[in-house]
Amino acid sequence: MTNPLYQKHIVSISDLSREDIELIIKTAARLKQQPEPDLLKGKVIASCFFEASTRTRLSFETAVLRLGGSLVGFDDAGNTSLAKKGETLADSVQVISSYTDAFIMRHPQEGAARLASEFSSVPVINGGDGANQHPTQTLLDLYTIYESQGTLDGLKVALVGDLKYGRTVHSLAQALSKFNCEFYLVAPSALAMPDYIVEDLEEKGVVLHQSDDLEAVIPECDILYMTRVQKERFDQTEYMHVASKFILKASMLANAKSTMKVLHPLPRVDEIEVDVDHTPHAYYFQQAENGVYAREALLALVLKPEFE
Amino acid sequence: MSEKLQVEAIQQGTVIDHIPAGQGIRILKRLHLESAGKRITVGMNLPSKNHGLKDIIKVEGRMFTEDEAHQLALFAPSATINVIDDYEVVNKFTMQLPDTLEGVFSCPNTNCISLNEPVKSFFYISNKTSAESGDSVVKMRCKYCEKSFSKEVVVAS
Repeated sequence: MTNPLYQKHIVSISDLSREDIELIIKTAARLKQQPEPDLLKGKVIASCFFEASTRTRLSFETAVLRLGGSLVGFDDAGNTSLAKKGETLADSVQVISSYTDAFIMRHPQEGAARLASEFSSVPVINGGDGANQHPTQTLLDLYTIYESQGTLDGLKVALVGDLKYGRTVHSLAQALSKFNCEFYLVAPSALAMPDYIVEDLEEKGVVLHQSDDLEAVIPECDILYMTRVQKERFDQTEYMHVASKFILKASMLANAKSTMKVLHPLPRVDEIEVDVDHTPHAYYFQQAENGVYAREALLALVLKPEFE
Repeated sequence: MSEKLQVEAIQQGTVIDHIPAGQGIRILKRLHLESAGKRITVGMNLPSKNHGLKDIIKVEGRMFTEDEAHQLALFAPSATINVIDDYEVVNKFTMQLPDTLEGVFSCPNTNCISLNEPVKSFFYISNKTSAESGDSVVKMRCKYCEKSFSKEVVVAS
């Protein structure tokens, strides 16, 4: 039987059903346990990074190589026909997709992956399009939550830091809303979760708690998802005041559930002190590693019809 | 002076009536009517019983479809559309918000890819009731950048 993601574009997390997400997680777990070094043998994958993103690119490229596939592409759009000759993205995508079996792309403009999916003859996998979507980050987050908790259902998840501009937390909240999770939104008021996301979650019946007290939330949650409070959003004095309230220290974890895990999309700056790294709650480096397995799973599913 | 004498009757085509005064030219441009090669009559600031002043557009030789009529619901919800054949009104459309809208408005997000690539803009439209005021709130979500905007922001951009 053909798997439901075969030859599908992976543009937005909202395109994926609960069943799709469960299939990707199950596949990622399987590939982590049982590597398949020849799975993509003979497949050529385009890795086109129109803007820099070291971790996402290396993670994708590692996933392709670990499955035995080959890569073509670029990590600097400044040296491509788009920049040098004014070619449209639509034309670039049509040509590159005619050479390859799948098209991984990152682009600084919002909607670039959706547009690419309309011009590509092979599956497009969105590695981030501007401030819009980064579905593979969300999938690796979901896989990591599943791996660390044994389920995605009914968890209490605290989202901390920049909830206003952070597409990572927007997508994660939207995806976890399919799994009856409860959220603690912990942010300075200037960086609160946008109304349209809150309204969307409330319409789905999701229980939300808004707070700016990180320490009070820690004993309640199963997952503490930290993000960076961006310095450029505040003046220096205000930043020092605000940021200090959202810095996680090992001492703050004393009353956490024993199974509670701290996640972070990385890179961190100073929002998680290094003493947290040595606690059993730290899980952000495993999370980054899981990016490879989540991306392996996606590639396997979109390119291998009977892979389940 | 009667209204019929101000804007000549047409044999076949479409009359968009009761357009808010000042919106007629915008509607011509939004619906790309001026480039369709048809004879068009625009009346501006005509007297209206209900609205004081109104604009009116008559397009000869072009029968509007229901989809085109629904596009108008976004920026001229009080307008009426009469399809004319042999000087008779053969169809009158009731304004309804469309579910989607293609190629009429640009995305207000300046970083949206649809602004500089060979694609038409495309919005998903939803109509919700505000929990605070009870008013109808029309939202338009761009298919490409996935951002949601109020109707007013999209129409004004």
